[in-house]
Amino acid sequence: MTSPSNPTPLANADRGGILDREGALAKLLIAPAVFYIAAMIGAPFVLALLYSLSDATTGDPGLRLIGFQNFRAALADPVFRLALRNTFVFTLLSQTIVIVLSRVLANALLKPFRGKWLVRFLIMLPWTAPISLGTIGWLWMFDSIFSPADWVLRYLGLLGTASSLFGGQTNMYWLGIPGLAISSVILVNVWRILPLATVIQLAGLSSIPKDLIEAAEVDGASPWRRTLMITIPLTLPIVSIAFLFGVVFTFTDLVVVYVLTRGGPVHTTQVLSSWTFFKGIEGGDLAQGAAISLFMFPVLAVVAIFILRMARRTEVV
Amino acid sequence: MGRVEIRAISKHFGAVRAVDHVDLATREGEFLVLLGPSGCGKTTLLRMIAGIEEPTSGVLVIDERVVTHLPPRMRNIAMVFQSYALYPHMTVYKNIAFPLRARGVDEEAVRRKVEWAAGMFKIGRLLDRKPRELSGGERQRVALARAMVREPSVFLLDEPLSNLDALLRASAREELRQFQRRAGVTTIYVTHDQVEAMGLGDRIVVMNQGKVRQVGTPLEIYQWPADTFVATFVGSPPMNLLEQEDVLLGFRPETFRPVDAVEGSEGVVTFPFEVTYTEYLGAERLVYGNVGEKSHARHVVSRLPGSLTLPLETGKTYPFAVARRDLRRFHRKSGLAFSGEST
Repeated sequence: MTSPSNPTPLANADRGGILDREGALAKLLIAPAVFYIAAMIGAPFVLALLYSLSDATTGDPGLRLIGFQNFRAALADPVFRLALRNTFVFTLLSQTIVIVLSRVLANALLKPFRGKWLVRFLIMLPWTAPISLGTIGWLWMFDSIFSPADWVLRYLGLLGTASSLFGGQTNMYWLGIPGLAISSVILVNVWRILPLATVIQLAGLSSIPKDLIEAAEVDGASPWRRTLMITIPLTLPIVSIAFLFGVVFTFTDLVVVYVLTRGGPVHTTQVLSSWTFFKGIEGGDLAQGAAISLFMFPVLAVVAIFILRMARRTEVV
Repeated sequence: MGRVEIRAISKHFGAVRAVDHVDLATREGEFLVLLGPSGCGKTTLLRMIAGIEEPTSGVLVIDERVVTHLPPRMRNIAMVFQSYALYPHMTVYKNIAFPLRARGVDEEAVRRKVEWAAGMFKIGRLLDRKPRELSGGERQRVALARAMVREPSVFLLDEPLSNLDALLRASAREELRQFQRRAGVTTIYVTHDQVEAMGLGDRIVVMNQGKVRQVGTPLEIYQWPADTFVATFVGSPPMNLLEQEDVLLGFRPETFRPVDAVEGSEGVVTFPFEVTYTEYLGAERLVYGNVGEKSHARHVVSRLPGSLTLPLETGKTYPFAVARRDLRRFHRKSGLAFSGEST
């Protein structure tokens, strides 16, 4: 026996396997996530940075650095500036509409009624459908000749005769006229994000204790005041999250514009992601494409920071 | 000011009759307690008075005005919720100011009144805090201040003390009573705790299964229960009930004592009491046992003052008695007290 003040060190076999050593186990378990982020997000991002400073093309992807020429060229291009503006306009407009509509929908869905389950299911449906498929559906709705929307307008007498509200032509040409094409793109974006925002708003609204609303009622607050002073402030953090998610999805979206208009007519619906694709992949100018896509980075970084902050704030309340 | 009249109010939730044809009227400035087990309809009744719940039938009158279908804000009532329902995103000041601002009171008057209410409940130093930074007792005071700040004609409280720990509850009860006396506001207070009801109420309304079983002062409720439900719901341990042919004989545990300790000018009734179990609680001693024939023994409890040190052994039988004036009689079938025997 050794004395207590001088214990024998344990043999290696007595320390247990790797599962018993928390430090090593933690590293092992987190490794796949680290690898994934490095390989799938970190590497492409670094590559995009390098390409944007080079003169690489799809035919010759070698890296010869030429400094900030690509950025200067992009900024000088009127199509790029239009795409930049459109990206902001589409995102902010569609998400503002989404927040208002989703609150209205969520409020309606909070009330008990027959078939509520079915209605909730139907509202959620667009979110589960692939975006490309849904957008192709819309492409048909906006078809220049066979558009069901036009058919309904003609049937209602709003289109097709000289005295009609929308004019005497037989079709609206939804995707062929600049203003209408922009509205159509925004409409489809609203349709796409609305289900998610509604579900988030529903969660926010139902998380307010019933007591609070009743207390406000007894305290003499009118329905208006209850909404402004209680409901909106209490759901603000979660509504902001819905808004920021919508912003990310819309800001980076390529599919809606690509399927509906391919940026047309004459680039009026061009957005950063579609312009990146047309320039960098279809046009073969990898370096230009990389530079254009990098203009999205600062906006997305700021949004990401806000989302993280909001998430922390909702934890506190 | 401050008179609530409830005329034949009912509230049905589907097939459930939460409140079943209740008639009730408060007196001005009184402290009325609605007492009953959970699910007896007391909270639903309170919520109907507040206007948060709409009655299925019946009429509600506050200060000579029919308010049955008016929204809460047109009733001049204030309510404290069991959860306190403080607005979590507002400071204490804004919480208390809320009912005033909802009424369009000008900011100068708001400030004066909030300070007055905060002073009354000694929460002046908490005005800049958010509810989540307050202790349970402080939250309760803020809720009271928010309710009182606009000087309502009726004050409704839904189990406001149930979220406090036992020690705090006793002092809060005392403060609440003193405050109510001072303010003189008609108060309706819901609780399932009979100690609170007895200690606070000018009158107690005992409810069960949506119906009012008895209305009376704490003394009347305790001494002269209107039926066996009230007899066994109020009092701890409850009133002993013995079957005697068509009659249920009732007596409070503290009136059931060893023969020598009972003084009855109108005579006493003695029972052989077989002790099965005793509990020594310091100030008092609870003795459980059976009376009557062995064949159909009845379980009863005796509550003896701690100062009575008479040794009582488990398994032995002792002569116990009740003074005649402490005996109550109930109809066996209906459970109602014999008429003419209450106050």
